[in-house]
Amino acid sequence: MATRDYSLTGPSAKRAVDAGLSAAEWYHTDVSRKEMKALMKRRDGPPMRDTMIWAFLHVLFATGGIYFWGSWVAVPFWLAYGLLYGSACDSRWHECGHGTAFRTRWMNDVIYHIASFQIMRNPVNWRWSHARHHTDTLIVGRDPEIAWMHPIRLGMKALAYVGLHDTLVSLKTLARNAVGWLSPDEKDYIPQSEWPKAVFWARIHMVIYAFTVGVATMMFLGGLGWKAIIPFLLIGGPRIYGCWHMVMTGLLQHGGLAEDVLDHRLNSRTLYMNPISRWIYWNMNYHVEHHMFPMVPYYALPALHELINYDLPSPNTSIWDGYREMIGAVLRQRREPGYFVKKNLPATAKPYREDLHTHVPERQDRRNSHALD
Amino acid sequence: MPWIDACATDEIEEEDVIRWDHADRTFAIYHGVDGAFYCTDGLCTHEQVHLADGLVMDNDIECPRHNGLFDYRNGNALRAPVCEDLATYPTKVEGGRILVLLE
Repeated sequence: MATRDYSLTGPSAKRAVDAGLSAAEWYHTDVSRKEMKALMKRRDGPPMRDTMIWAFLHVLFATGGIYFWGSWVAVPFWLAYGLLYGSACDSRWHECGHGTAFRTRWMNDVIYHIASFQIMRNPVNWRWSHARHHTDTLIVGRDPEIAWMHPIRLGMKALAYVGLHDTLVSLKTLARNAVGWLSPDEKDYIPQSEWPKAVFWARIHMVIYAFTVGVATMMFLGGLGWKAIIPFLLIGGPRIYGCWHMVMTGLLQHGGLAEDVLDHRLNSRTLYMNPISRWIYWNMNYHVEHHMFPMVPYYALPALHELINYDLPSPNTSIWDGYREMIGAVLRQRREPGYFVKKNLPATAKPYREDLHTHVPERQDRRNSHALD
Repeated sequence: MPWIDACATDEIEEEDVIRWDHADRTFAIYHGVDGAFYCTDGLCTHEQVHLADGLVMDNDIECPRHNGLFDYRNGNALRAPVCEDLATYPTKVEGGRILVLLE
């Protein structure tokens, strides 16, 4: 299996910059200013409705889980609670990090911090890493959020659905940040002026986890037996047992698609999915549209999709259809480095802007080395 | 440097922004919700993206690339990933034209 250097301070980073792939011009479908202004318009109504439902369901399912403790009836309550905590947090973190969910700025900030805690991400680090992800989407050596790194370890990807490894890594990162240490990659994408904030928020998160451990310990020592795990089922634990939907949808965003290109139609995936998943995911299934126009709030993405669909590859028809395409491509990438799914464009679309990224030395090297194998 | 004629007032809708290029520089001119006109540097201080493609909301301009936020009246950076303030320039209206004072 071929390996690539995905660090932000290694040779790939230099190659990406030298090839003009960093902070580059990307292809955008033409949308009139008038139409874009209407799509970008922020409202408080839809996110407040969704957030109230989200909060209410947290309380409802947690209450049910605790009330029916000791009975199998409690299990579906905890599974549902875990889904809301450990998966729906991702879209809330993401959209509020962009500042696009609510019109009122402080509401974005509050939900951003709550969701960042749930997903175990340092809210400062990830704000900056995600900015970089949008500047240099899937540019190797520049994008810190590439989910499918070569060589692709399918076993680890399968384990991601139960979140244990990712949770341990996240806790380790938060603990490292809390004692004031940022990695070289973090220092690459976070401005120095923001480092103290990263340390501050990591400490806040760690204090809450320490408190949770303390409560659980007191309950255990108080003779409550298995009930002592309830604090972990409520806080932190859902990141493990409830993350499966986040992983399921997140891996589809760019999996099997092209690295080192400057046209989001080549490296992002739009697909249709059921309304419950779309609510959990806040419409991020329209991922090409989101990357092309990140200022459009989640509740306007379906309208954006209708507007620019003529210029995009056909969406995958379901989560299943997306996985069939992605897994096939990933398996092929393991034996054919540089391969990616290149979808046909409709006759109404402008051609892929491959001229924007023709000079990519590393991809050329990889093709040559594969040809020699 | 004298006041420079930039554009007509009716070229910018209320709560909107347009791009204005002058002497190898690029600026953004805003029609505020208070009815007044404002001018700032045209590129975001984070990654040099044209702010005229962004969203004007109340007194703020949001960068179209990363959603960084500035108060276009005074250039203050309000939300990451922007950290550096935006330069602003005085404006006045004469005969239906917006004039900008460039230092």
